[in-house]
Amino acid sequence: MRLKCPYCGDRNVGEFTSFGEQPALRPDGANGDDQSRFVDYVYMRDNRAGPNRELWYHGQGCRQWLRVLRDTKTHEFLTIELARRGDQNDR
Amino acid sequence: MKYSLSSLVAQTLNGHKHWKRVLADAKPREKYDAIIVGGGGHGLATAYYLARKFGMANVAVLEKGAVGLGNVGRNTTIVRSNYLLAENVAFYDHALRMWETLERDLNYNVMVSQRGVVNLYHTDPQRDAFARRGNTMRICGADAELLGLERVRKLLPFLDFDNARFPILGGLVQKRGGTVRHDAVAWGYARAASDLGVDVVQNCEVTGFEISGGTATGVLTTRGTIRAPRIGLCVAGSSSILAQMAGFRLPVESHVLQAFVTEAVKPLIPNVITFGAGHFYVSQSDKGGLVFGGDLEGYNSYAQRGGLNGLADVVESGMAIMPMIGRLRLLRSWGGTVDMSMDGSPIMDRAPVAGIYVNAGWCYGGFKATPAAGLSFAHLVARDMPHEIAAPFSLDRFATGHVLDEKGQGAQPNLH
Repeated sequence: MRLKCPYCGDRNVGEFTSFGEQPALRPDGANGDDQSRFVDYVYMRDNRAGPNRELWYHGQGCRQWLRVLRDTKTHEFLTIELARRGDQNDR
Repeated sequence: MKYSLSSLVAQTLNGHKHWKRVLADAKPREKYDAIIVGGGGHGLATAYYLARKFGMANVAVLEKGAVGLGNVGRNTTIVRSNYLLAENVAFYDHALRMWETLERDLNYNVMVSQRGVVNLYHTDPQRDAFARRGNTMRICGADAELLGLERVRKLLPFLDFDNARFPILGGLVQKRGGTVRHDAVAWGYARAASDLGVDVVQNCEVTGFEISGGTATGVLTTRGTIRAPRIGLCVAGSSSILAQMAGFRLPVESHVLQAFVTEAVKPLIPNVITFGAGHFYVSQSDKGGLVFGGDLEGYNSYAQRGGLNGLADVVESGMAIMPMIGRLRLLRSWGGTVDMSMDGSPIMDRAPVAGIYVNAGWCYGGFKATPAAGLSFAHLVARDMPHEIAAPFSLDRFATGHVLDEKGQGAQPNLH
């Protein structure tokens, strides 16, 4: 399997670590968010079969976090881009 | 038809022409007392124990393909109870005790072979950790013995003891552990359940749930709507898909785990060996092939196949403990979709939707659990309350903080 890093180019997928699906925005306890929202945030997963929005880390390359759309049924990377602050809002 | 020496002799004299079909080809009826979704090891075992122990024979097992083609036929056939947490040891040792008498119970040869499981250790701290694990197992009623270097040398002389990076210092052995022929487990449970009146319906995929007033009353399938007041899910890697159809989420991610088998060689490996410095477990099948596996690939997957990185990782670990494995050719590799839970321990509980029961999150330990999982899930479905051995596997433990994190990895399923 190959992954085309926007910074480093086409690389073996073994250079990357999958974080898993991109989490929703972290709840804010100081803002009065309920504990159940933290349970959801930490433990619950959509675990989609098909296109899945994920975060990958290029640890053996540019050390950038990548935001990818990947099909979990075929392992095909559909879109790959650098993750940026604020991405979680348009999940 | 009961299998016995006399039935074998009688059939032999008749030229083996009169063996009966093992599994009736059941057509789904419209209504049952309970529906079990998933005709793998756990689903078939659940149906069998529902009929056998809880007097519920009006049960259907719905399988989207054919029985035995999922994870029950894709694992490395190992059974053991060498866990660290008391709840897990108790549950898996219950399963191990059931394996010991399963063939008599099912009247089916599932080739239970208690050849022993040896976990190798490679450092002094790891020996201490294994001693602790062994003590926990013995306190919980399982068997364990810490072997020093000389005893492991005598037992497994072919290992690379003086490996520069991962020298072998000894091992923790569970002699009651071993292997079971996995396909036969599916067939044996299917036959026994079918004989008790359970409808094992193949090629019947669940596509949705019929839910009225917040209670599930049936399932929509490719062969029509089937109704039952109790619906049990035993679908392993597909658990989240079914949960989504019913409108809830699970603390589960689906990952791919590969297994491998080599060409057949003469008897070589007397038991199950695991590598302590990486993740590698190997045994030899009765046919002669070495069956082995390792870690997850690390990314979410429903594909039932892995990649070359996973293969290379497993083979490197194998080479580190027994370099001669490099002279064997790999015949096959295959992948299974495993349901990794957030703490590495299973989930067996009532679902957030009334009428649905969830048996999921077995990670890659589902096969060894099969008899106990079937028994305790049947208890849950029949009595609407958890069996005592499975009570710690509740769905709300993640919210209450009673997680069972065997490896202490936290909510990162690809590391369990």
